[in-house]
Amino acid sequence: MSTAATNVAHHADVEHEEDNSLTSWLTTVDHKRIGKLYMFSALFFFALGGLEALLIRLQLMWPENHFISAQTYNEMFTMHATTMIFLSIMPLSAAFFNFLIPLQIGARDVAFPRLNALSYWLFLFGALFLNFSFFFSGLPDGGWFGYANMTLAKYSPGHSIDFWILGLAILGNSSMMAGFNFITTILNLRTPGMTMFRMPIFTWMSLVVQFLIVMSFPMITVGLLLMLFDRSFGTNFYFPPNGGDPLLWQHLFWLFGHPEVYILILPAMGIVSEILPVAARKPLFGAPFVIFSGIMIGFVGFGVWSHHMFTTGLGPVADAAFSTTTMLIAVPTAVKIFNWIATLWGGKIRFTVPAVFAITFVFLFTIGGLSGVMHASPPVDLQQQDSYFIVAHFHYVLVGGAFTGLMSGVYFYWPKMFGRYLDERAGWISWVLLFIGINLTFFPMHFLGAMGMPRRTWQYPVGAGYDMWNMVATVGSWFIAVGFLVTLASAVANAFFGKGKKAPADPWDAATLEWSIASPPPHYNFKKLPTVASDRPYWDEKHEGGPAVSQEVIAVDAPSHVEMPPPSWWPLGQALFQGGFFAAFLIGGGTGQFDADRFMIQLPIQLLLAAGMLYCMFGWIREDARPR
Amino acid sequence: MSAASASSGAGHDEVFDEHHWRSLGVDNVKLAFWTFLGSDCFFFASLIGTYMYYRGQSLVGPYPLDVFSVEVTSISTFVLLMSSFTMALAVLFSKTNRRGATVAMLLATAAMGATFVAFQMYEFAHFFHEGLTLQGNLFGSTFYTLTGFHGTHVALGVLWLLASTFWYVKGWIRGDEGIAIEVAGLYWHFVDIVWIVIFTVVYLMEFVR
Repeated sequence: MSTAATNVAHHADVEHEEDNSLTSWLTTVDHKRIGKLYMFSALFFFALGGLEALLIRLQLMWPENHFISAQTYNEMFTMHATTMIFLSIMPLSAAFFNFLIPLQIGARDVAFPRLNALSYWLFLFGALFLNFSFFFSGLPDGGWFGYANMTLAKYSPGHSIDFWILGLAILGNSSMMAGFNFITTILNLRTPGMTMFRMPIFTWMSLVVQFLIVMSFPMITVGLLLMLFDRSFGTNFYFPPNGGDPLLWQHLFWLFGHPEVYILILPAMGIVSEILPVAARKPLFGAPFVIFSGIMIGFVGFGVWSHHMFTTGLGPVADAAFSTTTMLIAVPTAVKIFNWIATLWGGKIRFTVPAVFAITFVFLFTIGGLSGVMHASPPVDLQQQDSYFIVAHFHYVLVGGAFTGLMSGVYFYWPKMFGRYLDERAGWISWVLLFIGINLTFFPMHFLGAMGMPRRTWQYPVGAGYDMWNMVATVGSWFIAVGFLVTLASAVANAFFGKGKKAPADPWDAATLEWSIASPPPHYNFKKLPTVASDRPYWDEKHEGGPAVSQEVIAVDAPSHVEMPPPSWWPLGQALFQGGFFAAFLIGGGTGQFDADRFMIQLPIQLLLAAGMLYCMFGWIREDARPR
Repeated sequence: MSAASASSGAGHDEVFDEHHWRSLGVDNVKLAFWTFLGSDCFFFASLIGTYMYYRGQSLVGPYPLDVFSVEVTSISTFVLLMSSFTMALAVLFSKTNRRGATVAMLLATAAMGATFVAFQMYEFAHFFHEGLTLQGNLFGSTFYTLTGFHGTHVALGVLWLLASTFWYVKGWIRGDEGIAIEVAGLYWHFVDIVWIVIFTVVYLMEFVR
């Protein structure tokens, strides 16, 4: 680096005390710290989204209940879904992307550390912005799919839908920038010898997810922009009286929305593919098949979106085509499930907390997958559309699947992230409660859906026969709540109050590079970047007499010539201006027509914010230690 | 650049320079930028798709043939396409450190880009005068949105080129080392190619009968 003066203090050989000042966290560009920020943000928003779910369940506990109003109910199911998808599962996955990818491929950080920080701050801005709607015009109430033309200004006046549109646009922006960053990191920063097919499966699945993100988010961005234009400038994209077609929104939304499903599940699949081999003391069965299945899921995932739209009447040809692709995508998914089972088969399984969560993932995800493939048939789907059967299906794949998989990752990687085990007893209690809760809450929804109970319904009549299973589901939801709170409390006690047993570098006797360095890893990750000769380098060193990769063997001292990127204020500044720029659309929005007076207030503010963005960009580039 | 943390991996004899190590041998910025361009393809594909979806669906006029002047737009298209030529020359000259020629070509590219934007502003003003508004019909909504987003891309590209020229003159970026100008060129060519598609789909196809 040329401007060495600013970097001297950050030479990795300076073994400084861990700096925990607020400034150090606001300016951090360390992928491990950003991973932790993502993790705690995600856990917080998971609690918030869970609270919203509890209110929904309490409302549905009795027939004709008046616990919350219909308006509040709509806001709750909209924000529950939006929060869980964009503010909980995606950032929890991002926590693992950030923390694990550089460690698994043997890198010192991501390719663009400051861009990584910008992604996080923009995510946080978008997440808070979305929820701040509460203080202005009520929370968004249009469903997480925001179907036009219900969400146009005529039918949804006020600003709550604008908050939703702009919040999602900001979050998408954050995800896409992270996507460019991680793709570059994975493709280009692999340590010598780390060929593509020696990469850990989690890194592989992350790579697929990043491609899904950078390809699908532009499409919803366009969909959201058109909706914003309809609401703010009076355009006609989704407004039928002037020729617009609400189906266009559905196409743009589900072109993004279905890849999004795989964005949510593939990281969990990757984590489980890391944990099961360690638990079973065997290599992952048919690892290339797991990898190619993931790639195929990613590809086919772009060709199935209209199965969300069978009931819109697209015609027999489209229905047949999308039905076929949807059934097709069950094949690679099933391949993965059989591979996981075969991995466990004949292994000396260690039933640790993360292992049990991972096995639970396979079990619950399979149930969700089986009900999912039923909807691939249009005539069946016509019956199930908008019923609780659908709710049961996607909660099995997202809670039983994605959430459980990520929980196994939390327990598995926590010792590496924080240097201490999460409390094992709390883990078991949490698992038991979650397992009971998930099944108690979501399995009866299959029955409710089959009996005809519609989803997104505020009340159901007395005597409809829905009473018992709704009560069961409501009771189950409290099991999930308590089960999650046990883990959350244990995590907070561990990270902030020093509770928990100290963990060694390699607590689970695992196979991949991240376990060959200290727990928690030093700032620079690797004293010396290892050279890799197999897909299980650390295992081979320990058990098979393979070449050494572990730091005790290949490097003794901390490196003296490695320059880690210095902290920077620019990402936070850039995030504030960029987020503010989006937020300023609120000023002129929501009326459904072009309001010149309001626009003349909005425009100068946005120009000012754009100038701020440019200022940050210039500062960012000037600060760059490596001019290109 | 610092000295490499001169380390040889197990079984490797050559000196391993981790600061310059790139698995694919490609610059990080270039790789990330290609990813961004791929992503931006989906952005424009969605906008162009929206335009196609609503093509000929306007309930009231003005319709495309009422306002289009293919001659005027052909001139601006020609200017934009020629700017790709000067951009390529700028990258070429910068590689061999011909500083004066590089600056001239960068400024020429920016000027042609600005000319295109000026043409578009004239076109928008003219169409608006003819009664085509963002709100009036589907053609107006889709046309202004699609070409507006493309024009914004060009305008940002002009700003980028001017900034690059400034940085180049200041010596903050170089052409023989690093890829700052090359990446600006990638963006510029991409924006050009997108315009070829838009010009064909939006303008030329109206004259195909």
